[in-house]
Formats: sequence, structure tokens, C-alpha cells
Amino acid sequence: MSFPWAKEYKPSHPFMQWMDDRLPLPRLVYNSVGGGYPVPRNLNYFWNFGFLAALCLVLQIVTGIVMAMHYAANTQVAFDTVEQTVRDVNWGWMMRYAHANGASAFFVVIYVHIFRGFFYGSYKAPREMVWLLGVVIFLLMMATAFMGYVLPWGQMSFWGAKVITGLFGAIPFVGEPLQQWLLGGFAPDNAALNRFFSLHYLLPFVIVGVVILHIWALHIPGSSNPTGVEVKSESDTVPFYPYYVAKDGWAIGVFAILFCTALFFFPNALGHPDNYIPANPMSTPAHIVPEWYFWPFYAILRAFTQDFFIIPAKLMGVLAMFGAILVWFFLPWLDRSPVRSGSYRPLYRKFFFFGLIPAMAVLFYCGGAPAEEPYVMLSQIAALYYFAHFLIVIPIVSAIEKPDPLPFSITESVLGEDEAAKLAPAPSATVA
Amino acid sequence: MARILSILVGLFFTVALAWSFGKGAYQQITEPPAATAEHEFHLHPKEVSFASDGAFGRFDRQQLQRGFQVYKEVCAACHALRHVAFRDLAALGYNDAEVKAIAKGFQVPVYNNATGEVETREGMATDYFPPVLYAGQGTPPDLSLITKARHDGPAYVYSLLTGYQNQPAELLKKFPDAKTPDGLHYNPYFANLNLAMPPPLTGEGQVTYSDGTKGTVDQMAKDVSAFLIWTAEPKLEKRKQTGWPVLGFLLFATVLGYMSYRNIWAGKKH
Repeated sequence: MSFPWAKEYKPSHPFMQWMDDRLPLPRLVYNSVGGGYPVPRNLNYFWNFGFLAALCLVLQIVTGIVMAMHYAANTQVAFDTVEQTVRDVNWGWMMRYAHANGASAFFVVIYVHIFRGFFYGSYKAPREMVWLLGVVIFLLMMATAFMGYVLPWGQMSFWGAKVITGLFGAIPFVGEPLQQWLLGGFAPDNAALNRFFSLHYLLPFVIVGVVILHIWALHIPGSSNPTGVEVKSESDTVPFYPYYVAKDGWAIGVFAILFCTALFFFPNALGHPDNYIPANPMSTPAHIVPEWYFWPFYAILRAFTQDFFIIPAKLMGVLAMFGAILVWFFLPWLDRSPVRSGSYRPLYRKFFFFGLIPAMAVLFYCGGAPAEEPYVMLSQIAALYYFAHFLIVIPIVSAIEKPDPLPFSITESVLGEDEAAKLAPAPSATVA
Repeated sequence: MARILSILVGLFFTVALAWSFGKGAYQQITEPPAATAEHEFHLHPKEVSFASDGAFGRFDRQQLQRGFQVYKEVCAACHALRHVAFRDLAALGYNDAEVKAIAKGFQVPVYNNATGEVETREGMATDYFPPVLYAGQGTPPDLSLITKARHDGPAYVYSLLTGYQNQPAELLKKFPDAKTPDGLHYNPYFANLNLAMPPPLTGEGQVTYSDGTKGTVDQMAKDVSAFLIWTAEPKLEKRKQTGWPVLGFLLFATVLGYMSYRNIWAGKKH
């Protein structure tokens, strides 16, 4: 670990010593989520969402593997096998609802996790790699969730797949052949369903791999914290075990209560009724909408209603939809402010709370609404702000803003100056 | 340099959006979209409650049996129920003999290997409700999942069944072109106001209930909606019953978790 005061793993039992010399797996655990990982003592509850996200991933993999045992990726029977799982498999209804609502829970958690990063500047040096890997995870999650939604082969599955794969058709010259090659046909059909199932099973394990890199990269500089001030001395940190194990533990309880309330009492609240109608390529639903977690980006896609010079509206929409997420990759270099936390950045904070958050809320709402006025115009305004926020506001704000004074250390921000002074270590013991 | 580049990219997207917005707004002002009959006369489902509603909801088995009778005697002429097997009806409170008797009342298609013909035989408890061939206009949807496949499904089914009426004069005055075409029937609870299904529940006594309940149109509509809640989710009751002990345990575990959190962090300011 990076901090000199991190406790070292000392196996006492002879077997653990034997093991430690050959495969130091317990050492890895101890240094990752045990007493050997010092964490800032001042983390607030927004820092629980990383752990919750990992929990959601495990939940999705476990329930998903069970679902796959009862599923057949064939357009003739896919819908029926899912219904059979729900009706005739022991606890099949619970697995199905847990998996469907688990996807929603995962995205709720991940959106909080991402916006935590936006506000507290978690993407800034030296944690750029943590952030970049996180964006990769988010993209993989979106791909996985999209393909998973296609599998039950309901109306929204089919038409959602048709709309989203149709986006490839917007790419100039190669679009149409590319789309047909990806789908294995002219429209989503058996070939597409099979490859979606295959990828839907594969990608979660790719996500696990990237999550391991994400956590590895995080543990090099250690966790950020709400003040954004780097850890300076031992009094700034507490060991992960038992402190954050206990805090994450009870946060998991709260999460589980909310999740189970949805699972047992409102399992279909976030789903679209049309997906209980088997896919019918001859009958288009009145409004094609994706699952709620795609709504902001779907709203951005639909916001481009006019050709822009030589660029067709559809291509513009596709560019913007992907651009809306790809711009996050550049965030560490767009935001040049030396201060991390939004708590000490008065101007940035205003744009975050009165610009980005309302814009996201409007995009969420409009993405789920029909493509009519006033929703289209509202999403145009919100999308305009969204792009302006990341590409224009953040670079300018970080140049002109005068940040509030930062506390000297985490300890000082928690205990106050006088108390912290008593604890202050000799200057030689501090690390940069 | 990076800053200028990013602002240029930002301007590219924002100007394109402003352009779309401007043109859209101009269109809204110069040629506002015309009002449609569907938009103005479509009604949300009526308020109606069922025994299975709410966190403590249980099926009213007597009602489910009545609803099944309505389905069998009225709906089954056109609508299939392909996700439901006769054996499932045991959950409605029928005993084995009754389930077998119900199954016998349905003809199930079987392929005869010797002749190559599709023949029918009497249903067995293990069979699913057979497909229904419909010769008329439109395609009657399968009803197994109908209450989950519509917004506010149970109330929708109930409202649709009791919502047939003559086209309001006001509608015809405002939208003379929106007259219900021949062969369709006006119903404000249907998305486009006119549906092919003729009113299926025509009057009191259409179904004679064995439990003495009066078979009014309203009663029949409620009963069949309740039955279709069950066909859409036979495990609904079990789901809600499982939920409470799960939440009880989680609440207990979370309180313990909170207490241990407070205990561990005691004296550690953060």
C-alpha cells in the first residue's frame, strides 16, 4: 500500500504462513478490503456506492446464471421460456424479478457513484485511470443491459433492438452493411438474438475484469474524500476493516430493504407493459422507449431533429448520444482546477446543482416521454446545457474560479484546527 | 489549446441543438399540430379495486372461479390463454376431479403421425389452454398476460369491458372525420377509441354464477379482470407473502448493522 503506516499482514496460523509464502491471496484481501488499506476517515455516504455497485454486479451474475439455465435463445420460444421460468420453476419468479430489477438497482447505484465523482472531482490526478476505467465499465454495463433487455423477445425487446442497431445505419457509407453484419440479417432475428445472448453472458465477466483494474488503480493513490485534500498523515485515515466494512455493511442493509421492497411489491413498476407482449415485427408499438436508465441518452439522440449543414439529423443524434458519454473520458483534462471537491468550488458548485442536475433530470424525463412537443424542445434545451456544461462551462469555470480556502488536512476538517494541532505528527513523518 | 478545442466541440453540439430547437419552435408556431380525437377523448382506466391489490393483497378464490367462468363462457370464443395449463387451475380452489373435468371440456389439437392430419382430443390436466382460431376481423390477443401488458392492466380490462358507449355528439361535432367506422365499436378506454371487439358482456344473466352472485355486466367485468390478474401472475400471492418476512429480517439485520457501525466508530470523529 502507498501509505507507510498501512498495517502489514502478519499470518499467525502456520497454515496461513505456509499459504502466504506460496500464494499470498489472504494478503491481497487484507491489503484490499482489510486492515491493511487505510481510508480517509471523513468519507460520507456517497462513498458507499462503489461497494454497492460491486454487490449489484455479483447479484446480477448470480441471478443471471440461474436465468440462463432456464432460457432458450430462439425467437420461437424465448418469450415462452421466460414465462415458464416465472410460472413453473421453483422461485423462478423471484430470480426473474431480481434480475430485471437488479439491472435497475445497478444503474441507480452507478449513477449516484458517477455523479459523486462529478461533484467531488474524483476524476482528477492522480486518479485519472480510476475514472477512465469507470467510464469503460459504464459503457460495458449499457451494452450488457441493452442486450439483456432484448432476450425475453417481447415487443420492446424487438423494437428497442431495431432502433438501437438501426443507429449503425447512420454511419456514412459503411453503415448499412455494418448493421446487417452485426445483426446477421436485415432486422433483429434469431441470429441477432443468439449473439446477444452470447455477449450478454460474456460481458459481465469482462466487467468483473475491468472492475478489478478499477479497484487496483484506486488503491494506488487510495480513496479520495469529500474535502478533496490528499491524505497527509495517519490520523487522516482509518483502516478499511473494521471501519468501512461496518459502514458498508449497514449501507448494504438499507440498499437491500429498498431493493426487496421493489422486488416483492412493485416488480413491474420500472418495466414497460409492452414487453409482456411477444415480439411482433409486423406491429410497431405506439411509443418505442428503452429502459429508464437509457432515457437521458435516448433524449439526446432524439433531440437532433434537423440536419446540421451536411450532417443528417440521425447521424448528429448518434454522434451526440455516444459523445455524451465519451466526453467523460476527457473530463480529467477539461477540468483544470487544482481543487478537487465541489465543496470548495463555489462557481462549479452552482453550475453542478443548478445546471447539470436539472438538465439530467429533464433528459431523464423527456427520454421516457413520447417524441412530441413539449418534450422534444425541453430535451433540446437540456441537451444543449449538457454539452455546454462539460465542453464549455467546466474548462472556463476551472480557469476563472476563485476556490474557497481548503482545510490543511482531513484531520483538521474533521476535528477543527486546535484538536488537529495536538495530533500533528513531526514534519518528517508526513508524506506528500 | 485543449481548452479551445473543447469549446469548439462544445459549440458544434450546442449550435446544432439550438438550430434543431429553433426550427422546431418555428414549426410549432407556424403550423401547430392539429388536435386529434384520440388525444381529447381517450380516457384513463376507471378506479377499481381488487382483493389482490396492495402489499397484503390475497386472491379472492371465489371471484377467480367466477372470473374463470366468464372467461370460459364468453372470452374463450375468441381469446386464447396459452401460458396457463389446466393443472394451474387447482390454485383457484378446484380439486383434481374438477380440474380434469374442466380440461375435458376443451378440445386440444394433436398431430396424427399415421394420417398426417391434425386432430383433436379431449384436454388433460397437463395440457395448456388450446389455441383459438378466430375467423373474424382483427386478431384477438392472448389473454394470459394481458393485465401486465397494459398500463394499469386490471383497471384497463375492467374499463374496456364496461366502457362501450355511443360516440359522443361532441366528438362528431369537433372531429367529423373521426366517426367510428363500420365494424368497429366506440370505446373511450381504447387507445384509438375504436376497437374491433364487439361488446362482449351484453347484459345481466349472460353468465349464471353457481355461487348465487348476480351476474351484472359490472360484476362479470370485475370478476374476469380478477381472473386475468391471476393468469398474468399466478405467483402474485406468494410474492407478497414472501416479501414481508424478507423485509422483517432485513430490517432486523440492518438495525444490527447500524448498531455495530455506531459501536465501531464510537469516539472516532468523522
